[in-house]
Amino acid sequence: MIRARDLERRYGRRRVFTGVDVVVPRGGFGVVTGPNGSGKTTLLRLFAGLAQPTRGALMVDTDRSRIGYVAHEPLVYRELTAVENLDLFGRLYHVPERRERIGMLLERFSLWEARNERVSTYSRGMTQRLALCRALLHDPDLLVLDEPYSALDENGASLLDRELESLAGDRTFVIATHDPGRLDRLATTTVVLA
Amino acid sequence: MTYLADVAALTRKDLRVELRGRDTLPAMLLFVLSALVVFHFALPEGSGDTAAYGLLWVAIVFTALLGLARAWVPEQEHGVLDGLVLAPCDRSAIWLAKALATLAFLVAAQAVALPAFVLFFEPLDATALAGVLLADIGICAVGSLMSAMAAASRAREVLLPLLVLPLAIPLVIGGVGASVSDEGGRFLLFLALYDGVFAVLSWASFEYVVTE
Repeated sequence: MIRARDLERRYGRRRVFTGVDVVVPRGGFGVVTGPNGSGKTTLLRLFAGLAQPTRGALMVDTDRSRIGYVAHEPLVYRELTAVENLDLFGRLYHVPERRERIGMLLERFSLWEARNERVSTYSRGMTQRLALCRALLHDPDLLVLDEPYSALDENGASLLDRELESLAGDRTFVIATHDPGRLDRLATTTVVLA
Repeated sequence: MTYLADVAALTRKDLRVELRGRDTLPAMLLFVLSALVVFHFALPEGSGDTAAYGLLWVAIVFTALLGLARAWVPEQEHGVLDGLVLAPCDRSAIWLAKALATLAFLVAAQAVALPAFVLFFEPLDATALAGVLLADIGICAVGSLMSAMAAASRAREVLLPLLVLPLAIPLVIGGVGASVSDEGGRFLLFLALYDGVFAVLSWASFEYVVTE
């Protein structure tokens, strides 16, 4: 569960946002939307534990090992293959039956054929699908996804829709998007940043 | 055991990334060999071994700086450091793995550079070699932390030497002392002490460098 009250974040003298109140209950589906520069990414970084608020109270009731995070950047090594990247993170997260889990995710996100190719040869859409595999690898309780649809083609976006639908309810989601209409059916909380 | 397994996985990754990208080691090798060749022709006849050892240490420190400047580049590309910081492993394992990988590159560069030094200048005895190895450990321990700090800044190329060089001065003094002094053992002890103190400080403070 996420509970944020009167949240403010500044970078030096520049205020990114202020007075943000959010409650996403366990199993809830939070959608964060707003124009470019409104602080969506910053808010998600706070929820993921990668940054701290400069004012206000934030409580994220999930251990860091149970958070799956997709950022603007894919957070994978360009010089490693998809399998090597997922194997590294699988080891760091101590994922049980790591190889089976990696194989299953690569199949599910249509990356199995390209599993032994370096990420530097991937298209942006493939890299984004790999980022989603990495975020789901350790079967997290809280998924923090920053613009997960970016770079995905229609097939990839439909695949992600199906994944979100199948996982919603069991897990807590916070998703930043420019297209909140796409997630209307799943959203339980919507935060609009100005 | 989990900690060591995390360090091993991260070190293996660093070595694999370098083997694939070949971004760091070739540059270090080229630099250190070029520097020794230039010094060989620049040093006048009869300059003595002290000057030669001094120049060796100049080459070693700047070769290490070259490696350290690229140490966190793979993590900066695609923002991987955030992914590592979020992982449930002890964050100091990230630093230790980076220090070990950088040490491996530095030792590999010196495996070529030190025979070249012997060929061009003076022989190196066991005390001098031990001094080089201990100084390498110190440079990589401190340098990996400073390099992570510099990597977070836009002016990292300027910032890194400003952070590392003052901290490397005791290592250079210890290394040159171990090479030329009659009491080389005392300098080795000094280097080992430096390594121990700064490795513990770097290990303990890395978490605060990569998190807010």
